Amino acid sequence: MENIEDFTINISNLSFSRGERSIFRDLNMQIPRGKITAIMGPSGTGKTTLLKLIGGQLLPDTGRIELEGDNIPTLSRADLFEVRARMGMLFQSGALFTDMTVFENVAFPLRVHTDLPQDMIRDVVLMKLQAVGLRGAQALMPSELSGGMARRVALARAIVLDPHIVMYDEPFTGQDPIAMGVLVNLIRRLNQALGHTSIIVSHDIQETLGIADYIYLVSGGVVIASGTPAELRADESEQVKQFMHGLPDGPVAFHFPAGDYQAELMKGF
Amino acid sequence: MLDRLQALGHIGLEGLSALGRSGSLLAHVLIARPRPMVMFPLLLKQIYFVGVLSLVIILVSGTFIGMVLGLQGYTILVSYGSEQAVGQMVALSLVRELGPVVTALLFAGRAGSALTAEIGLMKATEQLSSLEMIGVDPYRRIIAPRFWAGFICLPILAAIFSTVGVWGGALVSIDWLGIYEGSFWANMQQSVDFYDDVLNGLIKSVVFGFVVTWVAVYQGYDCVPTSEGISQATTRTVVYASLWVLGLDFILTALMFGDF
Repeated sequence: MENIEDFTINISNLSFSRGERSIFRDLNMQIPRGKITAIMGPSGTGKTTLLKLIGGQLLPDTGRIELEGDNIPTLSRADLFEVRARMGMLFQSGALFTDMTVFENVAFPLRVHTDLPQDMIRDVVLMKLQAVGLRGAQALMPSELSGGMARRVALARAIVLDPHIVMYDEPFTGQDPIAMGVLVNLIRRLNQALGHTSIIVSHDIQETLGIADYIYLVSGGVVIASGTPAELRADESEQVKQFMHGLPDGPVAFHFPAGDYQAELMKGF
Repeated sequence: MLDRLQALGHIGLEGLSALGRSGSLLAHVLIARPRPMVMFPLLLKQIYFVGVLSLVIILVSGTFIGMVLGLQGYTILVSYGSEQAVGQMVALSLVRELGPVVTALLFAGRAGSALTAEIGLMKATEQLSSLEMIGVDPYRRIIAPRFWAGFICLPILAAIFSTVGVWGGALVSIDWLGIYEGSFWANMQQSVDFYDDVLNGLIKSVVFGFVVTWVAVYQGYDCVPTSEGISQATTRTVVYASLWVLGLDFILTALMFGDF
């Protein structure tokens, strides 16, 4: 993975802060082309923020985010919208447009970015809906879908333009075991079939380890470990072990910083 | 003392920053390169939601306000023996003041709050982010059609309001109180000037349409994307838009009719 051409995204010296709070400090990350890369870490480490930075929805304080040669933070608004046509993003909530049917939701990016004739749009949309198993639901409104179905429709919409990169924001959160299994398989199969680069942000360890080719573990604004799932499983450092095995105690504290427990209880009103 | 000064400064800074954000939103809407093929259907849909669906409340309120004006005007004017002038009074109050102002207030409550809540919910459910990531500018796709729809609809609604108001006034004065029909309409025609009254009223409603819709779309776009944030933003839309309308009404009236 040394050759620069092998990476779709190259993040270097990225710093980002919200108000006083620093989210990332000198973050470096390289996302290999055509693979599934997972970004994992405890809640509140800014994993979703990282996806928004890659998508250009947030601007970093310093640093470069290079996507196939374009440095995202320096792009003009118009160029940014061009670049985004090469990205697909699956939002945590699905974020379907509530005033359109399932079919129209998936067709929307095609209508905006291409001049394809109606029957061809129809074919492409039906193919993508078939891929996520929801061709039969094309006439439903988003409000009539279950959470898992909504996310699969959103996935179909995210890949309808055959993007080079697909970003998944917490795809497994709040899914029942069946929907979870379906999604894991879908992400894996789509990645193999379409050959795009996938980035998964998640803290569901088992599912993510099952499909990721490469993993970055982020905590406290920096990458604390990276490697293949096997490498991370074998990692001996305390922080990595705590996260990978879900231990309550370790370098990452369970408790939000607070005063002495006994003293506070005894104090009364 | 120092704390209070600091709090005052904080409020000032917040206000300026909000002004900047709303100005930037307005600039994006106004300078957006228009693409008629895309924009027109979206605009039509919003005109339906913002304008056509507001018709009922405007028609009903206009009629009642006109009727009340006729009744009130008659009881006062009859003691001077000049009840024939009630037509003139009804028409002038509607066209100059009540038409634009009451329509704008009703519009802020009926359509402005709906715009804010809709855009706020789109933000909370990540639909706006999702549009951005698909490569569609939400300013153009979501904000601009709603802004222009409000801007176009309010003057038309105000004109309809005044028209049905005059009809309501006539209903009460002529059919109920028995004022001679000829003098009712003749007095009105003589005293209402197209430029001084009708056109100035129209200018008012154009200004109100601009401000009310601007407040509504800005509050929605800038809201905190939680249920509490959306409810606060909706309230703010109605309160701020109403205050702006009343304040601007005074200024505009002073400019238009104040050359004493």
